[in-house]
Amino acid sequence: MANLVLENITKSFGLVEVIPSINLEITDGEFVVFVGPSGCGKSTLLRLIAGLEDASSGDIRIDGESVINVPAADRGVAMVFQSYALYPHMTVRENLSFGLENIRMPKGEIEQRVSKAAALLQIEQLLERRPKQLSGGQRQRVAIGRAITRDPKIFLFDEPLSNLDAELRVLMRVEITSLHQRLGNTMIYVTHDQIEAMTMADKIVVLRGGRIEQVGAPLELYNKPLNTFVAGFIGSPRMNFVQTKVVENSEAGITLSGEGLPNLTLPVQGLPLPAGAAATLGIRPEHLVPSADGWPLKVTLAEQHGASSYLHCMTPNGTPILVHEPGQSRLRSGDILHVSPAAGEWHLFDEEGLRVEPSGP
Amino acid sequence: MSASLRIARATGAVASLPARAIEPLMAGLQKAIGIKKMPWFFLLPNLLAVILFSLLPVFVNIFYSFTGSDRLYPSQRPFIGTYNYETLLDCGNYLDPSTCSRDLFWRALGNSLVFVPTQVAAMIGIALLTAICLNGNIRGRGFFRGVFFFPVMLSPVVVALTWQWILQRTGVLNGILTNLGFEPVNWLVYANSAFFWSVFVTVWAHMGFYTIILLAGLQAIPRDVYEAAKMDSASHWRAFTRITLPLLKPVLLVVFILAVIRSVQTFDELYVLTGGGPGSATLLMVQYIYEIGFAVQPRNFGLAAAASLLLGIVLLIFTLVQLRISRGSSNG
Amino acid sequence: MADLSLASSTGGVRNMLLGRRGRGRLHISDVLTYGYLLLGVLVMFAPVIWVVLSSFKTSAALQEFPPTLLPYSTEQVVVEGYEGTLPLFDVITESGDVVQLAQIRRVGLNAQMVDPTDPEAGRIVVPVANATPVREIHFAVENYVQLLASSGSEIWRFVFNSLFITVAATIITLIMNSMAAFALSKYRFRGDSLALVAILSTLMIPATVVLVPTYLIVAQLGLVNNLWGVILPTVATPTGVFLLRQYMLTIPDELIEAARMDHASEWRIFWRIILPLSSPALAVVAIFSILSRWNDFLLPLVVLNRREVFTLQLALASYQDENVVRYEQLLAMTTLTALPLAFAFIFLQRYITSGIASTGIK
Repeated sequence: MANLVLENITKSFGLVEVIPSINLEITDGEFVVFVGPSGCGKSTLLRLIAGLEDASSGDIRIDGESVINVPAADRGVAMVFQSYALYPHMTVRENLSFGLENIRMPKGEIEQRVSKAAALLQIEQLLERRPKQLSGGQRQRVAIGRAITRDPKIFLFDEPLSNLDAELRVLMRVEITSLHQRLGNTMIYVTHDQIEAMTMADKIVVLRGGRIEQVGAPLELYNKPLNTFVAGFIGSPRMNFVQTKVVENSEAGITLSGEGLPNLTLPVQGLPLPAGAAATLGIRPEHLVPSADGWPLKVTLAEQHGASSYLHCMTPNGTPILVHEPGQSRLRSGDILHVSPAAGEWHLFDEEGLRVEPSGP
Repeated sequence: MSASLRIARATGAVASLPARAIEPLMAGLQKAIGIKKMPWFFLLPNLLAVILFSLLPVFVNIFYSFTGSDRLYPSQRPFIGTYNYETLLDCGNYLDPSTCSRDLFWRALGNSLVFVPTQVAAMIGIALLTAICLNGNIRGRGFFRGVFFFPVMLSPVVVALTWQWILQRTGVLNGILTNLGFEPVNWLVYANSAFFWSVFVTVWAHMGFYTIILLAGLQAIPRDVYEAAKMDSASHWRAFTRITLPLLKPVLLVVFILAVIRSVQTFDELYVLTGGGPGSATLLMVQYIYEIGFAVQPRNFGLAAAASLLLGIVLLIFTLVQLRISRGSSNG
Repeated sequence: MADLSLASSTGGVRNMLLGRRGRGRLHISDVLTYGYLLLGVLVMFAPVIWVVLSSFKTSAALQEFPPTLLPYSTEQVVVEGYEGTLPLFDVITESGDVVQLAQIRRVGLNAQMVDPTDPEAGRIVVPVANATPVREIHFAVENYVQLLASSGSEIWRFVFNSLFITVAATIITLIMNSMAAFALSKYRFRGDSLALVAILSTLMIPATVVLVPTYLIVAQLGLVNNLWGVILPTVATPTGVFLLRQYMLTIPDELIEAARMDHASEWRIFWRIILPLSSPALAVVAIFSILSRWNDFLLPLVVLNRREVFTLQLALASYQDENVVRYEQLLAMTTLTALPLAFAFIFLQRYITSGIASTGIK
């Protein structure tokens, strides 16, 4: 159990700067998820923490002690690899005990730790098998078990569920979360799947191009994304974005126009957006509600999910807009739908894509 | 299966005894020199052996070729400049070896120049034909594959003695000929037939190796490509020339280079089978180098080194041309 | 060939012998294919079988021309009053009867013979043309017995030398090559590509081209006429490093990282993770090494000059050099030399061929 501090961490491979500079603090017992599209540097960051890569500069501290020059094995962290990295020629038991034998732990204690981990993960009956004879989910458990036997301060997971099928993924998601609750260790989990991030994390770190875009609790990110990237990345299906221009910004609220749609006035004061400024309006599909005087959108495709419907619509200018409708929709392709944003459920971003909030009280 | 597993376990157990003793030593070494230097530690034994027995000899060879006398130790050998090369290359008429001061060198070179292309062409042709037959829809592929491969396992001396026994004046081949009413032939006494049998025997001994590689290459060509060709109503021959050969080209190239290098190095079989004879009819370059360097007294190491370097240069040029051709064709 | 005619006459047998894996009729190309393959069996197998059969012939039978297929020998009888045994002949007498007589000696076109059932009758002179030897199939195992007995412990010395060289060189090759391959496949360090090029470039240097300096270095190390003088120059095979490196590249790096996080030392990673996982490639390298060391000729020929350090191959070649070639022993020894590998081949055929095929291309 430990807290972790990254201070001005940078990493370059040759001339390519993968991580320009990262500062991050993770407190004891947190379940932190690094999320971002592929190539965002999340796996590199995890490997830097693990000690599998050397940082180009900066410092990593675990429990206040710098580990930047400590080899991976001695950092007190354990890693679950994407491919599980189980030793194929060893049985499950040998896989679990290999690391403990390496530090010359007494046989009895090894035995005890292995059976404890096996019981925790319900893999006792698999101990004498080899990885080849296991299913994907079982391998996953063994890989986690190998990390548990080492009793690390911090668990590191590198996209551990990406090799499982959809159903199993949901199951393992729940299991890892409950494992975290039982063990209480600090865990860092890397994924590109924002649903995993939302469902598992205490704290999400959204990364893009080696930079942290936003850090926060899942709902914080969902409710108040700091920029268009986070807004688009968190939440499924994706947030709709409409490019608009500010027509008027007054006491009555802010009036926006764009996409050949009727002007829309949002009842909010004190937004630092002068008339004529460009603004991106973001509304989640589930926050577009029918209203007679709303935007007229043409339905191009009605997707029936049974419990709810997704209506693929188009603005007069051809920008696609997705609308969520609870229950089974009666609309069909070609129909016109009138919608407007639910009260308060919209996000405004300025020209740089940064979130705009009312200034002052 | 279980028997081999048991053997593997047993040998593993035996091997683990010294291994257990070594492990703490190695862990200590890692602590002492640091993890970054460990790859050099792993590399060192092999690298030393390579330097000592492969790279160093090349340089010593160059030195030898510029020095004279029959002394082995470099310090005792006087420098004689390019004398060895001049001697080798000295010829009245390059088309007539008997006018050269080292006529055997030229005869050996000429023999090699005929032997290598002939043998390689025959080898690859027969190996390819065999591989194609084995790749067909046949029963007992494993058996036939084994039949064609097993001479590869035989030692060159055994191969040579076997064929000598068959080809001698009173051998079984002449026996069959006599029974059929032909005159027996002294196969290894006539220059042309000795040369033919030299090619034949070396092909016999080595073709299995190339057959296996070509067969693997053929089996790597997906069946559906042929099925597509069939749908395109391609004939057998067209499927062979337009699909098999182009797709097999990388493998053929490997086989070709290996075959040429091996062919140039041919020594053991012919040394025992014909001894280079009759006369010098089957004397190849490597045997020539061996003869002047080791067999004929006084040992002329300098001349042998010069001859081997000339051979090395020829091989190098061949390799470079080969690379150029293969690169050119992969670009085109 | 008999199989072919049989096959065309009866469908069932045809299918059994030549049946294609699929359905359908025997096509002309199948006939050609099987014809070629059977011819191949004849050309590849017959010479070796001939040598093995010949090695069981007596020295007298070996002199015969044309030779017989199976080892026959003339029946021998002991006749009272004559030393040793005498060969038995069927002789056509002047009256046209056939009687069995033992030949005492041959003089020109006539032979002196004696009736073994009635030695008292005295010598009979018979024209050679009327006599044919009485023959029986006889496997002259004595060739082998004599070979092993006459050379005494010498032949076991040759076998030991060959075995020692093969085993020692193969073990060292496997360890050294796999260590180097591990370094060159799983580490990135300054000079790694240079080291790789240095090792692989030696592929281009034919061993024969550097024969003289190799001999010099062996001599400098004081290893002439020493088995280690044949072992050491051959252990750093570039092909072995290359094959093993290619194979180790396919072992995921994550395994090594996992092991490193598991506190395994680099040596332990090599010994406990990489080596066991490379066993298919190690098997191929081992087979290559065993084959070439057991069959090695030129280097031993140069380095080993004394008979007591001869390998089997050198001894075999030296038998042929001797003034009087004793064919029956030469053939027996040829068979003996080829035997171990022939056995190994029967057991390992599948591994060898598939191993060479899978690694030969890359």
